[in-house]
Amino acid sequence: MLHLVVCIKQVPDSREIRIDPKTNTLVRLGVPAIINYYDLHGLEEALRLKDEFGARVTVVSMGPPSAEKALRQCVSMGADEAVLVSDRAFAGADTLATSYVVALTIQKVEERWGTVDIVFCGKQTLDGDTGQVGPGVACRLDIDQLTYVEKLESLDLETREVTVHRHLEDGVERVKARLPVLITALAELNRPRRASLPGILRAARYQPIVWTTNDFPTIDRAKIGLRGSPTIVSKTWVPEPKQVQTEWLPSEDSAAAATALLDHLYSTDLPQKLGWA
Amino acid sequence: MAEERKRKPMIGLQSDTDWSEYRGVMVVVEQRAGVAKAVSWQLLGEARRLADKLESPLLALVIGHQVQGLAREAGYHGADRVYICDSPELASYRTRPYSRVCLYVIREYKPEIVLMGATYAGRDLAGAIATHLPTGLTADSTQLDVDDERLLLASRPAFSEKMLATILCKQFKPQMATARAGVFEALPRDEARSAEIVVVPPQIDPEDISTQVLGFVESLERVNLEDADVIVAGGRGLGGPGAFSLLKELADALGGEVGASRAAVDLGWIGHDHQVGQTGTTVRPKLYIAVGISGAVQHVVGMQNSTYIVAINKDSEAPIFRFANYGIKGDLFQIVPALAQAVRARRSGGLSPEGVLEPMSAAGRGE
Ligand SMILES: Cc1cc2nc3c(=O)[nH]c(=O)nc-3n(C[C@H](O)[C@H](O)[C@H](O)COP(=O)(O)OP(=O)(O)OC[C@H]3O[C@@H](n4cnc5c(N)ncnc54)[C@H](O)[C@@H]3O)c2cc1C
Ligand SMILES: Nc1ncnc2c1ncn2[C@@H]1O[C@H](COP(=O)(O)O)[C@@H](O)[C@H]1O
Repeated sequence: MLHLVVCIKQVPDSREIRIDPKTNTLVRLGVPAIINYYDLHGLEEALRLKDEFGARVTVVSMGPPSAEKALRQCVSMGADEAVLVSDRAFAGADTLATSYVVALTIQKVEERWGTVDIVFCGKQTLDGDTGQVGPGVACRLDIDQLTYVEKLESLDLETREVTVHRHLEDGVERVKARLPVLITALAELNRPRRASLPGILRAARYQPIVWTTNDFPTIDRAKIGLRGSPTIVSKTWVPEPKQVQTEWLPSEDSAAAATALLDHLYSTDLPQKLGWA
Repeated sequence: MAEERKRKPMIGLQSDTDWSEYRGVMVVVEQRAGVAKAVSWQLLGEARRLADKLESPLLALVIGHQVQGLAREAGYHGADRVYICDSPELASYRTRPYSRVCLYVIREYKPEIVLMGATYAGRDLAGAIATHLPTGLTADSTQLDVDDERLLLASRPAFSEKMLATILCKQFKPQMATARAGVFEALPRDEARSAEIVVVPPQIDPEDISTQVLGFVESLERVNLEDADVIVAGGRGLGGPGAFSLLKELADALGGEVGASRAAVDLGWIGHDHQVGQTGTTVRPKLYIAVGISGAVQHVVGMQNSTYIVAINKDSEAPIFRFANYGIKGDLFQIVPALAQAVRARRSGGLSPEGVLEPMSAAGRGE
């Protein structure tokens, strides 16, 4: 049977984070924790494949104990199994350290439930916002990566080939790859389903599997958490856009305003720079 | 069933930690069909400054097929030395073969900083390489600098663009970052400059090329705000999707593209590809005309580097005016069509569509 793994992260809904104008610091109080938006699209795609071909869907996440709630939500949508890797030692991980632990987790998932055919990640997280963990995991598992996928065109279980559409700046690329692959999901990929009633009932009783560092006998402690993270945040600040002196143009009459503006623009270096006659 | 490719064990941390040999700032040039992405030259422009500060060479890496011309272009845009890897297998971007070339060049020539555009391909490639090396990687930088200890200070937006954070990588080399398009300025192209060209043998492992690019469909309706010289952007003040046609007329007359605020995009009046700002595109056109846009900080940070900013808004208190070189307080439904007509008139040598002669130039303004 197909084995699909979905990597999810519980994140603060950063759209709700405000900056305190007095102290210039983040106000995180009361900011809801949600499943990273794009990860739900990864989960939905895995569930669609499960509907079509039959599959085992395992969700994995590295995070604090409170992320169990996010994992239960995935189970309520139809995931079979959910694994939370949680340990103080993982705290402060950057993308390199995160991909290490997530990849180890997937390997352990493979030991338990069989080799993985497709790993789904989100395009990026709302808080880390790098899109680097997906490629990092693919690289560590030594599988091909298909990033920024907006459509899964076909999956051929005979040839073990998957064809996807990757969204690029200037167009769409069709790519075919051999399983196993890692796919990073865009919002265009699908519309995540709501939880079903049986799913909700199952999730209410479901206890996510929790692994700590002790469950990984070969883990290299120099590669996890803050210590295993090569990048350091040296400072943060709130940007202040630079202001300029505004020249106000007369605006009683719009034709006059237009002419006045053009007169001004023509007296600059713009016509020359833009090749205006 | 097809034969499964054998997966190799996970890579480990590199053991040698003497980084003193690592010198030079390298930009990985991104191209499609032999045409470079603008961000590559913008990065070379910024990296030139970093390399000069570090008193080390500026390097470029060009990967593709039939890209010799690009290697020369990289020199015209500031590189001192260009590594070129040219092979039919490298015609389209694929993670594995491209990573292999980058890893080879990095290990062989030891740059201390490696920069790529924060494009889809750039992020895909950088994420793979940084994990392989391994080293630290900062995503989506919008400011780059170096300090006395030769550390790369890569600053990027954080927390949904509400803050900026400066990120360092002290332990490993090269220090890596991807950087946004439209933020940095390319050097003027100078054919008098010439770079040393170093040919890199392709590192093709047949196992690496199992992924196939079946095709690429260019989206013509997708706008290219990053490279636009003129952008006419509309916001919630447009009141509906219809008014974007007025903006399009003005943009066409000026030879520019149509942009939008997030409010207009969220309302479904225009596609997300048009969105300017921190969660949209960062732009630096020569002329930016903001129409019916209030000037929220998230919008302004995405367009403040435009050479000239014009704001048209009926509220003279709108914050956008604080960033505008020229302000017109008034109703956009009056002003935008008038402006489009005036532009057409002036650009067609003084003849407006109605055949009325308009003043030719600003020469007589006597200021
Ligand atoms: C996490 C986050 C990220 C964001 N990212 C972005 C981003 O990338 N880009 C972005 O743009 N925004 C972004 N925003 C949203 C931003 O905060 C503002 O909400 C948005 O820019 C407002 O858009 P607007 O100026 O079009 O609308 P409004 O603020 O409603 O302004 C409309 C303006 O139109 C004027 N107007 C109305 N009618 C007329 C008329 N007939 N003639 C002339 N003027 C008229 C009004 O006076 C007003 O100033 C982000 C917000 C958050 C929280
Ligand atoms: N702590 C984590 N646990 C599981 N998956 C993660 C974690 N962090 C990131 N990911 C996955 O990697 C993707 C990209 O994350 P990022 O690189 O942080 O933008 C996310 O959308 C998730 O699918």
